[in-house]
Amino acid sequence: MRIPPSALIGLILTGVFIFSAIFADLLMPYAYDLPVGTQWEGPSATHWLGTDTIGRDILSRLIKGGQITIFVALAASILSFAMGSFFGFLAAVSGGWTDQILSRVCDLMMAIPSLIVALVLLSVLPLNLTVLILVMGVLDSTRVFRLARAVAMDIAVMEYVEAAKLRGEKWGWVIFREILPNALSPLVAEFGLRFIFAVLFISTLSFLGLGVQPPLADWGGMVKENKDGLSWGISAALVPALAIALLAISVNLVADWVLSRTSSLKGGRG
Amino acid sequence: MTSEKPLLEIRGLVIEATSYPPGEAPKNVTLVHGVDVTLQKGRVLGLIGESGAGKSTIGLSSMAYGRGGVRLTGGEILLNGREIREARPATLRQIRGREVTYVSQSAAASFNPSKRLMDQVIETSLSHKIMSKPEAEARAVMLFRKLGLPSPETIGSRYPHQVSGGQLQRVMTAMALCPKPDLVIFDEPTTALDVTTQIDVLAAIKEAIQDTGVAALYITHDLAVVAQVADEIMVLRHGKKVELGTTDQIINRPAEDYTKALVSVRGIEHDEKPEAPPLLRIDCVSARYAGTTFDVLKNISIGLPAGQTLAVVGESGSGKSTLARAITGLLPPTKGRIHFDGRQLSADFAGRSRDDLRQIQMIYQMADTAMNPRQTVGTIIGRPLEFYFGLKGSARDKRVQELLDQIEMGRGFADRYPAELSGGQKQRVCIARALAAKPKLIICDEVTSALDPLVADGILKLLLELQAETQMAYLFITHDLATVRAIADKIAVMYKGEVRRYGQKSDVLAPPFDDYTDLLLSSVPEMRLGWLEEVIAHRKANGTTSGNTV
Repeated sequence: MRIPPSALIGLILTGVFIFSAIFADLLMPYAYDLPVGTQWEGPSATHWLGTDTIGRDILSRLIKGGQITIFVALAASILSFAMGSFFGFLAAVSGGWTDQILSRVCDLMMAIPSLIVALVLLSVLPLNLTVLILVMGVLDSTRVFRLARAVAMDIAVMEYVEAAKLRGEKWGWVIFREILPNALSPLVAEFGLRFIFAVLFISTLSFLGLGVQPPLADWGGMVKENKDGLSWGISAALVPALAIALLAISVNLVADWVLSRTSSLKGGRG
Repeated sequence: MTSEKPLLEIRGLVIEATSYPPGEAPKNVTLVHGVDVTLQKGRVLGLIGESGAGKSTIGLSSMAYGRGGVRLTGGEILLNGREIREARPATLRQIRGREVTYVSQSAAASFNPSKRLMDQVIETSLSHKIMSKPEAEARAVMLFRKLGLPSPETIGSRYPHQVSGGQLQRVMTAMALCPKPDLVIFDEPTTALDVTTQIDVLAAIKEAIQDTGVAALYITHDLAVVAQVADEIMVLRHGKKVELGTTDQIINRPAEDYTKALVSVRGIEHDEKPEAPPLLRIDCVSARYAGTTFDVLKNISIGLPAGQTLAVVGESGSGKSTLARAITGLLPPTKGRIHFDGRQLSADFAGRSRDDLRQIQMIYQMADTAMNPRQTVGTIIGRPLEFYFGLKGSARDKRVQELLDQIEMGRGFADRYPAELSGGQKQRVCIARALAAKPKLIICDEVTSALDPLVADGILKLLLELQAETQMAYLFITHDLATVRAIADKIAVMYKGEVRRYGQKSDVLAPPFDDYTDLLLSSVPEMRLGWLEEVIAHRKANGTTSGNTV
């Protein structure tokens, strides 16, 4: 199997991110929640990336924050894709009333800006990571639903789906064996995008105080904490911003590669 | 003739393209390997071959055009003695539309839907400043008349959607002839048309070629069609010349094996089986699509005995495929009953038992869309075995291999994906999928019409052998009467949602005919010289111009 260079870069970077997320507690040079220096120290031998607004080690917070950011975003994206594509396929295959009800519920949810729904829900529900993941996953699933339904609509009219229905197959086979494999390419492409949106969404929520709660770190929250330093010429806020950008690029490089492999109709054997 | 310089001379033409297999490095493929073509003024050369033979590519190269990233990499193309293969775009613009024009397969897709026909027909003549607008319009009307279009004076003011497909194809021919070109490329101009329409268009094109004295390259996969219009025929295969000769030589005395096979195609003979009690009985079935008030099937009553073949014939829009949908239960009839194997079938397929569904299998026209591209051949054929008979694991694999052997495909196909198969192999896999269910009836919906003639022949032979082995009944939907002759026991001729003629093959194909069946039967191109003239003369004598049905 040949891996193109762009995918290799993406795989290596994503691997580093995942590795550091899994082993965050072992990799952190300092505690992420305690001041270990003065405010906004520049990079040095003791603090490789400097310290933040209250003197905590940025590298340690970046590693811990990465763990939380990636975990929450990944869990929320997987949830939204599982829900969204299942209901989307179901709506496309069933048609009629099922489709109407599912689509109108989805429209209803999309009619209200998701940030506002999230704010309302999170201010009522207990604030922990599980609730955060659930709220984000459910809200994002509306977008996936629409994509999955549109893609599946095109596939559901193909003769091989008709042949499966005429064989007497139940909807489970039709959805998971006939439609899902053919809808995978656009969904994988969308996953790369949605994952990064989820990262940004956590950051937004954290910025508003309803996301990841201090002293836990997440990258968006770190940008917020250190943003005032920018006007003093201090680059502490740019480090987590760069991390978000790097994660976005590497995940999408991998997604592109997976896409090109899944779009091959010869089982990727060429 | 030999002293005269040829209009078109192609020497050692090499055409290449780059293919981009997903997930792999791009690679170069050679489409045409050193082909020579010589065409004198006023002559018609037929280019014939199966899909992928390079006939369209060669045709287009005579105006130095390569479609879809195709590159003309070697050889010489001399048009009117001038080398044009490496000519500059400005020079080519002068040639295209002035010296060479093009008639494509799908006229419907080639016209601008928002401009009137006349404006499009004379556009080239005006943009090349060949004639003034009144002159061009007069010439266009003259051509419309010559091509037998109704109300030639006014048809030009219509829009493309206001004329039929056959008329549009003739308007396109007028468009190509209007700027008085030296050479016209006809690229499968009648392939997309119904057989009854094809004959009129063919006759019109032939007459127009003769009257205007233009030279033509006539590209088609149908030898019987090209035999009617061409002076010479070049048989192509895999981008190489197989044989070149006069039409008479190619049709009557082919030298190469491949040409012989092409000429003798549809040589299948099948003796009609005697009348028997029906396995499938359709009583007074009418059907319409949801939200419409128009019956697409009107009081259809036909029957099909076990182990026999009923051919349903008709042109597009006659309701043949809708009949199949009504039988399978995809489109529940509004009226009438369908009996199968002695009991009445539920109108909707959702109300049928698993065994009822198993007994009626379907094979589709486009094998490409009838198979899930993400499933291996093994899964495609194996699923009905698992679903209907509960076969699993090695028992299933063994049966899959038996079925693959039955459709004459060897080992190693079970792990392949549909994209790794040829067109004929795909259709065979679809047949195997239907066989796997051990049905009593298989509905074949235009199963051979997307295939090259030789491949289609193989599929028909296979179907006949399988019928002899397993005593399955076929409901064979087709527009191709040659296929019907080859395999049917009974025939139903459909026209506008009604069955016009129905009975044993020998009765249906024997006179006296009703008008429509006569028109249909006489429109099937026969592979001999002068057939077209005979039919046209016969129709003129009988006063039955088919123009009103177009």
